[in-house]
Amino acid sequence: MTATLWSSTTWFSTPWFSTMWSSTTWSSTLWWAGAAVGLALLSALLSLFTAWKPRLLRSVVMPVFALAGLAALIAGLLALITGSVATAELPLGLPWLPWRVRLDALAGFFFCVIGVVSFAVGLYAPGYVRGFEHARDPLPALGGFTGLFLTGMLLVVLADDAFLFMVAWELMSLSSYFLVVFHHDQAANRRAAFLYLLMAHIAGLAILLAFGVMASFGGDFGFDAMRGAELSFAWASAAFVLAFFGFGTKAGLVPVHAWLPEAHPVAPSHISALMSGVMLKVAVYGFIRVVFDLIGEFHWQWGVIVLAIGSVSALLGVLYALMQHDLKRLLAYSSVENIGIIFIGLGLALLFLANGRVIIGTVAFVAALYHTINHALFKGLLFMGAGAILHTANEHDLDKMGGLLRRMPWTGSFFLIGCLSISALPPFNGFVSEWFTFQAALQAWQLESGVLRSIVPIAAAVLALTGALAAACFVRVYGVAFLGQARSRPVRRAGAVPLSMRVGQGVLALLCLLLGVLPTTFIDLFNVVPQQVLGHGLAHATSQGWLWLTPVSPKTASYGAPLAALALFAVIGLGWWLLERGKRRSRRCDAWDCGFAPPTMAMQYTATAFAQPIRRVFGLLFHIDEAVEPQQDGRLRHRLQITDRLWGLLYLPVARAVEKAARRVVRLQSGNVRVYLGWTLATLLGLLWIMA
Amino acid sequence: MNASSWVLLPIQALLYIALAPLLAGWVRKIKARLQNRRGAPIWQPYRDIYKLFTKETRIAHTASPLFGIAPYVVFSATLLAVTAVPLLSIASPASAIADVIVIAGLLALARFFLSLAGMDVGTAFGGMGASREMFVSALAEPAMLMAVFTLAMTAHSTNLASVVDYQLHNGEILRPSYMFALAGLVLVAIAETGRIPVDNPATHLELTMIHEAMILEYSGRHLAMMDWAAQLKLLLYGVLLANVFFPWGIAQEMSAAALSVAFAVIVLKLALLGVLLAVSETVLAKMRVFRVTAFLNLALLFALLGLLSHVILEVGA
Repeated sequence: MTATLWSSTTWFSTPWFSTMWSSTTWSSTLWWAGAAVGLALLSALLSLFTAWKPRLLRSVVMPVFALAGLAALIAGLLALITGSVATAELPLGLPWLPWRVRLDALAGFFFCVIGVVSFAVGLYAPGYVRGFEHARDPLPALGGFTGLFLTGMLLVVLADDAFLFMVAWELMSLSSYFLVVFHHDQAANRRAAFLYLLMAHIAGLAILLAFGVMASFGGDFGFDAMRGAELSFAWASAAFVLAFFGFGTKAGLVPVHAWLPEAHPVAPSHISALMSGVMLKVAVYGFIRVVFDLIGEFHWQWGVIVLAIGSVSALLGVLYALMQHDLKRLLAYSSVENIGIIFIGLGLALLFLANGRVIIGTVAFVAALYHTINHALFKGLLFMGAGAILHTANEHDLDKMGGLLRRMPWTGSFFLIGCLSISALPPFNGFVSEWFTFQAALQAWQLESGVLRSIVPIAAAVLALTGALAAACFVRVYGVAFLGQARSRPVRRAGAVPLSMRVGQGVLALLCLLLGVLPTTFIDLFNVVPQQVLGHGLAHATSQGWLWLTPVSPKTASYGAPLAALALFAVIGLGWWLLERGKRRSRRCDAWDCGFAPPTMAMQYTATAFAQPIRRVFGLLFHIDEAVEPQQDGRLRHRLQITDRLWGLLYLPVARAVEKAARRVVRLQSGNVRVYLGWTLATLLGLLWIMA
Repeated sequence: MNASSWVLLPIQALLYIALAPLLAGWVRKIKARLQNRRGAPIWQPYRDIYKLFTKETRIAHTASPLFGIAPYVVFSATLLAVTAVPLLSIASPASAIADVIVIAGLLALARFFLSLAGMDVGTAFGGMGASREMFVSALAEPAMLMAVFTLAMTAHSTNLASVVDYQLHNGEILRPSYMFALAGLVLVAIAETGRIPVDNPATHLELTMIHEAMILEYSGRHLAMMDWAAQLKLLLYGVLLANVFFPWGIAQEMSAAALSVAFAVIVLKLALLGVLLAVSETVLAKMRVFRVTAFLNLALLFALLGLLSHVILEVGA
């Protein structure tokens, strides 16, 4: 049967293939989705040729990759606009289980997320990978696995059965492993990549088991069958816990986040942008698909668990980010924070939906979706900025940067937009999703249970604290890296980066502003997702026209984002026009030195110094190793090392237990063939006894 | 939202701009009298601003373009935030455009640029001020949000005009959550506007200052904008406390009589608040920076208690 599936007659007669080439192809969402997957695979194939001609990576492979992103974006937008659900069966897979794909609104939304960041990365990468051309780095591996990585992510979202889902999931995990280990000459990178691979597989196992639970009740591995399955509360909870653990590990929730700050920073920067910006979102997609769509019933206990884990992740993520001085590591920890915020939204949605407050649940759900795309945009942008600094100054330590805004004004401006967005400041996009999440949390009075009513405000307090700390974190990043004076020679010599890198950043920066200024338009577009998944849209959110965002009702809350942005820019412009135009020049002079020696670059506040007050206040949460030690030459040296407390509390005990168990198993390995045969026989007999 | 309320909007914004230095001058005057000094006239802040506008503006060699833009962003964001707080009338379209969360967001935007400007020149003071400002606000901002959320949840609206409206019609009941929220917000207001015991607006002694350290490099019209923004922020917290917790007197219809009564009442309320602030600044001493944590934790605790006592005690009852 496999043979016939592969034969050409079947291939051409499948309904999928014929619809692909029918007259209405251009408006078909699946056509565009297929084109995106095909282009991503093509870029992987083409990169094989870069072994002979390294130039091809930037002139052909990456542009094709950008086109794949664009096609995915078009497919996603079409799916959102038309609200259609397209399904097809692929002539691939197991004989009794052909791969089924389905592009509905939820998949379309995540196609947009994947597509837009991949498009920007495809624009950015040609400038960035130029630096690798003359090194000994294996370019076919870089381009090839990048293409496969995108293919995997797109197929995860397209999959309509557990089998294709898991195959695509592993394709995504494995290809990104090879990208993480790209700079394999450093032992620390190999260690990080191994940790990533390990955690990705534990996560994969949990997801597989979750599907197993649902498939055994649904009778089939297809998602349709799982949707129809009737699960008891205990079994549904088992599936929920497994899925939450699996997808949460991949998304980087505390306490299973440890791989994320290790793996994301060591990949090439455009890959970090893809991993933090997009791959974590694929995990969010998986969670939404399984819990909200496939299981499809809501229990408040689940909401409390998700809300608690989300809050802890958000708070610890931002606090650890504040303590980092490696820019990319900091951004990776900040991803933990933002994933936490997304899960706060999802937890609120579960809580309210379980209590029958459908409208509020939908508000929280949409808030989580909005933060998902926002985080993809600004984290992609910020990683690209970090990549630009690496590209021009070969520096990733904040404490050696400084004054970069004057040396790279474009990157500096785009990075500022990224910082403003991620700090949830109006009129940028991060603020909109935070505002939306607060609006859902503020409806806590509608819940019947007093315990739940008090849990929600505590989560809101954590969210507020997280937002304020994120602002502190990104003032620190921007102030230390881009303002002040350069703290090292390579940074002093930094210059503008190639045009392609600036364009890639510019696209995402523009979108950050657009999603912040026109939230009503975008929420109108995304509204079809809750309509399909939850069966309810946000009827009130956009009812007052594009100027007003009114999640519950105009009386409860409203935000006129375009008006606020217009007023802000108008007042700034007016002030500037009144006071700075014409001959009103300002004279340049030296900085105030208190009458002593002029300030030098070493007198500036460093990133470590900036975070010191916060480190003192939240000191209990970190494992701080700080000492002043005399050196041999009589000078004093300050040593400060801050590590994750969870390493000692969770990971090391587990690792030790595994090692101990392994040592016990070693006793079986005597090296004697007869003993092994004996074990085999015993196992066979044991199995037969169980079967009989 | 009728047309006349839209007309009132720019008037209210201009009124805020005009009144802000007066409140600062008033507090300074009262404080001087309490310290047995005659003090500068209460118009002094206007003269200072005028003087700064006419003086030369100097920018350090090491400053980036952000240094010149920041005063305008800080002023505009603060002005927009304060405009969304109902001053004279509850029919305020600005409150619909920007609810309390947006107000907090705009203040955070101003603070973001203020701190960045402090770090821009690359001196030790600027970085120190920025670091401390972000540290203080990291604890003060959530406390402020929790305090206003208590009011918002009671009124079932985050629109400040609706909150004031609800207060006017149901305010005679003394709620425990309001007491906690008020206490929390007062502490936040002291911390956020840089008053004693958190920061001292009158000092230029290096180790005690937060706000002044950030704007140390500013001069001329840039310094005028920064100072004016700080005065606007003081006024914002004053009006927030006066009109949201004690809204009586605010105009409920658009008539000249109601508006003038509202104006007289709010001036009285602010004058009283100014006296209270001056007294507290006279009897209290400034804290060490790391004692501020306890002060802010208290604010956070009050605000959270307010919110919890509301959802536990008041919603079900």
